[in-house]
Order: sequence, then C-alpha cells, then structure tokens
Amino acid sequence: MLSANLSAIFYLISGVLFILALRGLSSPETSRQGNLFGILGMIIAVTVTFLSIGNFSTGFIFVLIFILLGGSIGAFIAYRIPMTAMPELVAGFHSLVGLAAVFVAISAFLNPEAFNLGTKGNIKLGSLIEMSIGAAVGAITFSGSIIAFLKLQGIMSGSPIVFKGQHPLNALILISIVILIYMLCASQSSNLFWILLAVSFLIGFLLIIPIGGADMPVVISMLNSYSGWAAAGIGFTLENTALIITGALVGSSGAILSYIMCKGMNRSFFNVILGGFGATDSSSSSSNKEQRPVKSGNADDAAFLMKNASSVIIVPGYGMAVAQAQHALREMVDTLKKNDIKVSYAIHPVAGRMPGHMNVLLAEANVPYDEVFELEEINNDFANADVAFVIGANDVTNPVAKTDPQSPIFGMPVLDVEKCKSVLFVKRSLSPGYAGIDNDLFYKENTLMLFADAKKMTEDITKNL
Amino acid sequence: MEIDPLIFRLSIFILSIFVGYYVVWSVTPSLHTPLMSVTNAISSVIIVGAIIAGLSGNSESIFNTSSIFGFFAIALAAINIFGGFLVTQRMLAMYKKKKKDK
Repeated sequence: MLSANLSAIFYLISGVLFILALRGLSSPETSRQGNLFGILGMIIAVTVTFLSIGNFSTGFIFVLIFILLGGSIGAFIAYRIPMTAMPELVAGFHSLVGLAAVFVAISAFLNPEAFNLGTKGNIKLGSLIEMSIGAAVGAITFSGSIIAFLKLQGIMSGSPIVFKGQHPLNALILISIVILIYMLCASQSSNLFWILLAVSFLIGFLLIIPIGGADMPVVISMLNSYSGWAAAGIGFTLENTALIITGALVGSSGAILSYIMCKGMNRSFFNVILGGFGATDSSSSSSNKEQRPVKSGNADDAAFLMKNASSVIIVPGYGMAVAQAQHALREMVDTLKKNDIKVSYAIHPVAGRMPGHMNVLLAEANVPYDEVFELEEINNDFANADVAFVIGANDVTNPVAKTDPQSPIFGMPVLDVEKCKSVLFVKRSLSPGYAGIDNDLFYKENTLMLFADAKKMTEDITKNL
Repeated sequence: MEIDPLIFRLSIFILSIFVGYYVVWSVTPSLHTPLMSVTNAISSVIIVGAIIAGLSGNSESIFNTSSIFGFFAIALAAINIFGGFLVTQRMLAMYKKKKKDK
C-alpha cells in the first residue's frame, strides 16, 4: 500500500503531465507528444489509486472489467466517428463527465466512510459543501450536454425554444439550488440531496433549450468549462491534487474558449446564454426584404474566373461540413495549384459548430495547416486576392456588420470578402443565415452566386477547370 | 496555529486556474477542437474517485448501492478517457505541413 504522501506526489506529477498535454497544443508539431503526456498522466493517476487502496480482491477484477467495458466502447466510438460529427461527440463526452461526477458524488454521499469523509448523516461540513457543488455542476453539465448533443445531432430542432417567464424561472431555480445546498449542509438529509440533483438536472436542460444552433460553439465551450468545475468540486471532496489541477485547467480552458467564441460574434456571454438570437431579430429583417438583383452563375463561369486568377482565398463554413464537401474542395484546390494559382483558406473564429471545427475538417482532407489562416492573419489579403470562394459560410462574411449600426450583427468581426476582385458564393438559396439577416454580399457587383449543393458544385468546378 | 489543508488545496486550485489561463491562450486556434477533446479526456481523471467508490464495498459483498454507482462512473469515465485520447490522437495525426516537393 502506497503511503498518502507518496501518492499525493504522484497525483501532482500526473497533474503536471496534464498541464504539459495542453501546452503541447500550442503547435501541431508538439501536439502529438502532448497527447502522450496526457495519456501517461492518466495511467499514473489510475495506477496510484489502485496502489493506494491496495485492495486487490474481487472488487478489483470488477473495476478492471468496467474499465475495459467503457474503454472498448470509447475506443470504438473514437475510431468510427466521422470528423464532421466532432461537435456531437464532444457534447456527448461532456455529458459523460458530468454524469460520472454525479455518480461519484452520490457514492460518496451514501458511503462517506470509504472516502474518509466522516460517517453517513454526519459528513464533514467542508466535504459536504464541495460534494454538493460538484454534484450540482455535474448534473447541469450532464443534462445541458444532452440537449446540446440532441440539437447538434438534429434530433432536436436547432431553433431556440423560448417561452414566457423563462428567465425569471431559471433565476428562481438557480437561487433554489443555492438554498438547497445550504439546507442540505445544515440537515444532512438525503432527501434534500436527491432534490438538489433533480433540480440541477432540470436547470441544465432549461439553460440550453433557448440557445440556437449557431451559438453552439459557445455552448459547447461553456459545458466544457462546467465539466472542469464539476471535476474540481469532486477533487476537493476527495482531496485529490490531480483532480483539482485538472478541474481548474479544464474549467479555465472552457471559459477562455467561450470568451473567444463570444468575441467572434461580438456578443456578450450573457446575451448568448439568454438565447433567442434568431428569434428576436427575424421580424426586423423581413420587413425590408425587397427584391434586389443577384448575379448567378454555374460551375463553368466559376471555373473560368478561378482559372484566370492568380490568387484564391477559400472561406469555409458550417455548410461545408453539412455537405461533407471538404474532400471535393481539396481536389479543386489541387487542380488550381497545378495551374500555379496561390490558394489559402480563411477561417472565422465561429465558423462551424465548435471552436476549430473547420480546421479539423480541412486537416482531414489533407489540407496542410500552414495554408489555413485565422481571421486576423488573412483579412488584409482579401484586397489583393482575385477570387474569394465562399463555401457554406454566410453571416461571417456579411459586410453589414461593418456598415449598418442597426444590424444585429453590427460590430462582429467579419472576413473582408467583398474586397476581392470577385466573389464566388456557393449556397443553396438566398435564404438568410442564422442571424436572420440578409447578406449584402449577395447583391454586390462583383459577387457571383452559385446556387447548388456545396459538394456537387465543387466537383463540377473541378471538372471544368 | 495550524493551517487547514483545505487552504493548500485552494491554493493549488487557484494557481492551476492561472496556469490554465496562460497555457490555453497559447493554444493555436486551429487546434481548438483537439483541445476540447483532450480536456474531455483529462477531466475524466475523475475515474480516480470512481475507483475508490467502486472498491468501497466490504469483503462480504462487493456490491452495495454506493459501489454500484462507482462502477457505473468507472465505465462512463473510461469511455471518455479512451474515446477522448484516441480521437485526439486521430485528429492530431491529420495535421500535416505543406510538402516541400515542387
């Protein structure tokens, strides 16, 4: 049996390895090594736990069985999941972390002796507070992630679900959670513990339903953060350094990502959380919807324009993921490059349904990462480029964000696509994007609309090149 | 007067938040998706608590309500650990630099 001090040191080591795992992600070259650090940290943490319990009886066999069971399910999913489904997968994984935190908290509440937290009905006050916070946050993470998963998977409609009195109700429930935790700590009543869990599941559900599909990058990042805080809460209960470090890392990671996503949309965090973006603004945009002339073309025109260009910038968006057009796109780019045309990719921070979604899809299609640029890096290049090829993006290219203070997306950083000599815009119809507003780009003199499925259009262009 | 160990844990927690803050800001935006999947995997170190819970039964019966919750938590966390690290590995393997040949 490992002494408590020695195991604490090992937990610290595994915490440090987790920090290095995140540090590795600062560049693609070091990232793979970073992931190995993470795996090593996990192995150390699990091994040390076994050694410090020092009980290799039948229970141990069952632990291994359950690890193998879960592990093979996880490995199976990891190998089978298509890259386009990554947002759903991450949301699903968040829900599991949340539920695991809830289960550990329940277990600790029912059998505090095993965790050294006192006796049943007389749990140490500090531990009880930490435990109930961990359980509540875990439950919110679980039900919130389930809703996010259902919305991303398309099982539930992506449009915001709003009803009267929603915000007061949510506020009321959140306050009641605080009161419940207080009462639970005063009375140690197990009934209150179950009520706390039920109410937390409910609020997780209610918090996410009013948030629309395109705000999912923020939601996923936020749930990522929650899963970290839940882990940290349990870490305090178990007095486990690895868990506390990891919880803090994951918590701040998710919070930073949410912040980056909110900034990418020029919206405050609360504005996103309170939800109903598309729902509130659609009325104003429909009123001034006059028919404006649009130039539309076919694959042949597009191929002609690109063939005569010397540089092309590609702007992918969520539509590319939906149409699974990333491979067709890369083939088109290969043909362009053979004709000595310079091609780069411009990625808006909120393109897609999760942070970095487009980058992963392009990487999957074998696009070298040094051809892919972030908004700030490439925005000045549009003025010098001949053709911008917008595929599946919409609101993030809308010049209205720079010109019309009345617009709901005013102030949002956008890609200066309209500065290109010509713009090719692949889209199925003229329908507005998620923000519910018309894109001025459609009606510009230098824009050619290509009305088709993204994948089919890209393939047709390649044939015509 | 002795300092409550809780204060030490709190110190670790607060400092780790700052470490996390700086480390995550240095993550390149193109790797934000792998960042999410790997944070998912490492936050499943909660399996440590699940194992303690799973082994909380006594010698007569391994299974009581508490340990059953523990076993479920082990399976859930294991899905995440294996799934999270492997899918991250799979994603990172796809990030390639431009080939030098012309």
